[in-house]
Amino acid sequence: MGTGRRMGTKQGVPAPLDESKISSLKKRKAGSAEAPKATPKRRRSDADEAVSKKQAPKKKKVTAAPVKAEKKGSKKAVPVPMSDDDEEMEDDEFGDLDGISEGSMDSDDQVEGLSDIEDDDSVVDSDEENHARGAMFSDDDDSDAEERLTAANIEGLSRKLDAAQQEEEEDAEQELQDAQMQTNIAAPDVFADENQQQGLAPDLQLLRQRITDTIRILGDLKTLGQPERSRTDYVDLLLDDICTYYGYTRFLAEKLFNLFTPMEAFAFFEANETPRPVVIRTNTLRTNRRSLAQALINRGVVLEPVGKWSKVGLQVFESPVPLGATPEYLAGHYILQAASSFLPVMALAPQPNERVLDMASAPGGKTTYMSALMRNTGCVIANDASKPRAKGLIGNIHRLGCKNTIVTHMDARTAFPKAMGGFDRVLLDAPCTGTGVISKDPGVKTSKNERDFLAIPHMQRQLLLAAIDSVDHASKTGGYIVYSTCSVTVEENEAVVQYVLRKRPNVKIVDTGLGGFGSPGFLSYMGKKFDPKMALTRRYFPHRENVDGFYVCKLKKTAVTPAPKSDDTESRSTGRKKSRSASAASSDDESVDKTPIVDENGHAADFEGGAFSAFEDPEDAERIARAERNRLRRKGLNPKGVLNKPKKSKAEASQKTSKTEEPSQEEETKTVASKKSTNEPKGEKKTVTKGKEDKKPVTAEQVEKPTKAKGEKKGDKKAKKATK
Amino acid sequence: MLIGKTSSELRDFNSAQYLPTPSSRLLTMRSLTEEETRTLFTKLAHYTGKSLNALVTPDEDGRLSVFRLQGSRVYYVDKELANLSTSIPRDQLLSMGTQVGKFTKTGKFRLNLTCLDLIAAHARYKIYIKSNGVMPFLYGSNVLRAHLSKYSEDMPEHAGCVVVDENDVPLGFGVTSRSSQEAKKLEGTGVVVFRQADTGEYLREEDTLFTT
Repeated sequence: MGTGRRMGTKQGVPAPLDESKISSLKKRKAGSAEAPKATPKRRRSDADEAVSKKQAPKKKKVTAAPVKAEKKGSKKAVPVPMSDDDEEMEDDEFGDLDGISEGSMDSDDQVEGLSDIEDDDSVVDSDEENHARGAMFSDDDDSDAEERLTAANIEGLSRKLDAAQQEEEEDAEQELQDAQMQTNIAAPDVFADENQQQGLAPDLQLLRQRITDTIRILGDLKTLGQPERSRTDYVDLLLDDICTYYGYTRFLAEKLFNLFTPMEAFAFFEANETPRPVVIRTNTLRTNRRSLAQALINRGVVLEPVGKWSKVGLQVFESPVPLGATPEYLAGHYILQAASSFLPVMALAPQPNERVLDMASAPGGKTTYMSALMRNTGCVIANDASKPRAKGLIGNIHRLGCKNTIVTHMDARTAFPKAMGGFDRVLLDAPCTGTGVISKDPGVKTSKNERDFLAIPHMQRQLLLAAIDSVDHASKTGGYIVYSTCSVTVEENEAVVQYVLRKRPNVKIVDTGLGGFGSPGFLSYMGKKFDPKMALTRRYFPHRENVDGFYVCKLKKTAVTPAPKSDDTESRSTGRKKSRSASAASSDDESVDKTPIVDENGHAADFEGGAFSAFEDPEDAERIARAERNRLRRKGLNPKGVLNKPKKSKAEASQKTSKTEEPSQEEETKTVASKKSTNEPKGEKKTVTKGKEDKKPVTAEQVEKPTKAKGEKKGDKKAKKATK
Repeated sequence: MLIGKTSSELRDFNSAQYLPTPSSRLLTMRSLTEEETRTLFTKLAHYTGKSLNALVTPDEDGRLSVFRLQGSRVYYVDKELANLSTSIPRDQLLSMGTQVGKFTKTGKFRLNLTCLDLIAAHARYKIYIKSNGVMPFLYGSNVLRAHLSKYSEDMPEHAGCVVVDENDVPLGFGVTSRSSQEAKKLEGTGVVVFRQADTGEYLREEDTLFTT
């Protein structure tokens, strides 16, 4: 209990300070700290009051609820079964916490704030922040509203509101609706000016009001809604308004909207308009948090520990100097790193002397954190697919003094475990659509389309499979894979994990070790059911935790991929992987289409075993051979010469896609006649070669072929000429 | 005369013209030849003196670090790590351990900023500069007499030295322009150390610092 409220006020990423602190910390500017709380009022108006009224009670209930939840959580968190080494660490941590729990967390001025940092640091060990702990959560809720709000943020409201909370929420909503009913007379007719504003620039004020109204009505459609309007009408209207107001594409707005209740979705969209707090991570290879904080404070930077869940994070409220160019920065004492990107590394918890892989590592925040946790021992392979981005990665690695890293740029889908395997831990912070970091990159609002939401998850699956295959299940200390994305959509998170669970029965989801911070992953979404253990994965949302939208899943590989199946699927999947990755750039469509079939079909295994063998091999072989010859001719190569060493050319072959095939065939038909006369000698020669080749795959079509081939070849030639 | 030489060397140090063209890149990773080792060690010894030995002997944990040449760049890397890295295709291996510097085409060796870690720990001469001199130094200027806080008494002229701030945080390295005795007599604006590398390069030379 002693640890209670005081810590509560400080933990958590957003950690808006107490009121009492504000006077002493010179000032806090909007955007730096209290992002979600002070929702950005773009246009202040009467309309907004309704919103704020609405939001206030909602938050209250939210704050109250997690406190209760935490009671459970904190008790639960301790005995959570973990791997032996983890357990050991947990003990340490809790011991530490007990020691410092009375630390001056409620200090009212900076000096004390510092001493608090000191306290932390006396026990800081680069290793020990690996797990957020339950013990940090407060039990008492006898604080004022402001504090609760803070506590709520801090405590990682993350916990999905359970049934009890839900009820509470509804009560609160009801209350507030009642209140509004009184002031607003009746439910407004949100469809009233539906047709009026066509072609006019939308009045944002009105728009916002209408959004809040619609949300309110959606909250209680029976009493507030018009009888002749269905829920769909309201949702449609709301989505349209959201698209106009925030500038999303309809597709993306719908996708994000479906993740939440209308009310929460609104909070999410609002939170995407405000920047997240600036957070720096102490580089424990070079310094400790106390000295770093001291040095920065001497430069006039206003900061405080990011929260109990991390012992290396510092949240910066205000800085008179550019944080990316201070002597401390250049000396590698810290790195600018979003709070959310601490989480996957904390979940991974790399141990000294392990071999660890970071599959998509640029710009190096996570890599260097891992290196620091391992105290520059063992080996970190930092891979990134992009060479230009790897440059920044190398810079950061050297600046922060990480000596145990190897930087590579490979396509992680194919390179691992081929180039190197047997890792104790693998971190896959997969490339994603970035729907969690819209506040950082608003371009996401408009740039992502359906195709991205198919292609990117597909790549993520490939990466995650590669990650799993690269892990050494027999590792004494590890055998873990952490999968994370900075996206909030289910397609990129739970669905991907579900897919690999089915593909690799030898992995299981384990607790992330992040404690109660964050919400559990979805167990079902739009009719899809996920593994019950999916609740162990963690989701983070900008409007709940005030960190970037994020997803963290920790997997443990328990055995080698089962032999009969593995031989079968492995060889095929790697084969397919290769061809796909090669053709990824040009024929994504093709490869993407295949996945959902295997994926959503319940009998993926059957499919795997059965359908492929049912192909008509001879026919296929013939077609493949023909396509291959065509392609080579198009490239200007003599198919006969090249096909004798098929290995290389085939790898290339898949790169050239069917894309080019169609136009050429069109041309072919057009040009057959005209070409015949002009290119006679060459044409003849080639038909001869053609004929010879055709003897290899003996089929009924042979007769037809030469003529057709002739035509094709000529067509190709013409195409070539045209390009020249 | 010597000063002129040094400053031209300084200029060269950061210029991009020595970057090898892709075709000339020899992407083999190997340990250094006798001659390369001599060149490299001469250079390093300029800054570290005899404690260079510490770099090539196993540390207290029995871990040995080695120098490896990849392309024109030399890396100082734990031996186990170096062995592991052999399984990475050469053209896809961008960096490992700590980059020390690179061999020019004429066979000279240039220390990179990133070797600061290496030589700072074993530096023979250290120059402490006052806090008001830190920023000018990080912006790439030489160390002036006025910015000196303290320095080794026995420093000769043109000796390699590591520049650190008052908290002993290494900021870069350079060569002394005068011996300590002479430096004492200098007026405030006199140059004491010619800068060769400073941590500001992480920002200024971001694009060229690690080009292989």
